[in-house]
Amino acid sequence: MAQLSISVNGQRHENDVADNMLLVDYIRETLALTGTHIGCDTSQCGACVVHVNGVSVKSCTMLAIQADGAEVTTIEGISDGENLHPMQEAFHEQHGLQCGYCTPGMVMSAIELVATNKDLSEQDIREGLEGNICRCTGYHNIVKAVQTAANKMQR
Amino acid sequence: MYATRYSKPKNIEEAISALQAAEDGKLLAGGMTLIPTLKQRLAAPDCLIDLCAVGLSGIAEEGDALVLGAMSCHAEVESSADVQKHLPALSLLAGGIGDRQVRNCGTIGGSIANNDPAACYPAAVLALAARITTSKRTLSADDYFTGMFETALEEDEIITKISFPKTHKASYAKFGNPASRYAMVGVFIAETDVGGLRVAITGAGQDGVFRHSGLEAALADSFDVAAIDAVDIDDSELMSDIHASADYRAHLIKEMTKRALQAIG
Repeated sequence: MAQLSISVNGQRHENDVADNMLLVDYIRETLALTGTHIGCDTSQCGACVVHVNGVSVKSCTMLAIQADGAEVTTIEGISDGENLHPMQEAFHEQHGLQCGYCTPGMVMSAIELVATNKDLSEQDIREGLEGNICRCTGYHNIVKAVQTAANKMQR
Repeated sequence: MYATRYSKPKNIEEAISALQAAEDGKLLAGGMTLIPTLKQRLAAPDCLIDLCAVGLSGIAEEGDALVLGAMSCHAEVESSADVQKHLPALSLLAGGIGDRQVRNCGTIGGSIANNDPAACYPAAVLALAARITTSKRTLSADDYFTGMFETALEEDEIITKISFPKTHKASYAKFGNPASRYAMVGVFIAETDVGGLRVAITGAGQDGVFRHSGLEAALADSFDVAAIDAVDIDDSELMSDIHASADYRAHLIKEMTKRALQAIG
């Protein structure tokens, strides 16, 4: 067992975790934050994307203990109370989801994409979301949603 | 994943001691290959030694060289102003690995220590005649890569930094697997003072990354796309797998060489 001290969505947690526990399992099982999904479990689909110290990572491919001392943000931590994050709002407005399974990961990846790139073209967005797979193939509206959010966030 | 023990040494000496003390210890860099391997129970190390706090990050200019700490992640190499200025081909290569989330974690040291036959970095290291510094010595790229997933690294040796000569006469073209972005064939062409003109190929060879003497001779003769058509690419030692036949890879080698050359202009 290892002693994990971590901040998730601004809240401090201290837990004993198994050395081989994955970050996604810690988030879902220990903290019961089930917005972060497990899709493929082979680091391809991106449903498990969270931010660790402000950087997007696939939480199924990181040990919980690797995030010791880190600040983690999950999909539950991006809205301001009842007010949705502009990216969430844009997914809502543009109908950027069908079944919704990939959405938390899409939103977390897209927030980093918009925060780190100016003047995103449609192609930039498609390439920037390469690590996230939508099995409904609803990419068209996802791209529109990210464009809408980028316009708001970068205004 | 099998049970294992995690340790986070504070410096390279502690990391080496941990590695020596373990029965079957594995160094954890970005984890982009190791963690999926552990999850599939293809490896069962008794100890994971995380190198994140050992102080191997950072990109620095040293005279005619760019020195990359072994723990530099692909996203850092991609966005580094120094790399973009002095070795733009390496920045482009780093930006084409995997996806954004993989690039945020995966490291150059991890990539070349694993020496996956379809990884991108080995082609750059070999073509640019980079030098690999470890906890014990400095190795030339020629001595470093010894076969598929094989390197000259000893059991308790840790890569600390990789030194690349600066050059604008370098280019990488990759035909990536559509799902994984691993190279089905990747060709890195470079001309440096230390290594001369080199053509290094990844993704294709049964023994991992290799230099192609026929392409190098043709380009030394005439640094032009037209020179490539006449070169014979022997496919007898190229990989055949579900992604591509050896014959197809031989074709891609010529095509990627042309694209790399065109990008140098």
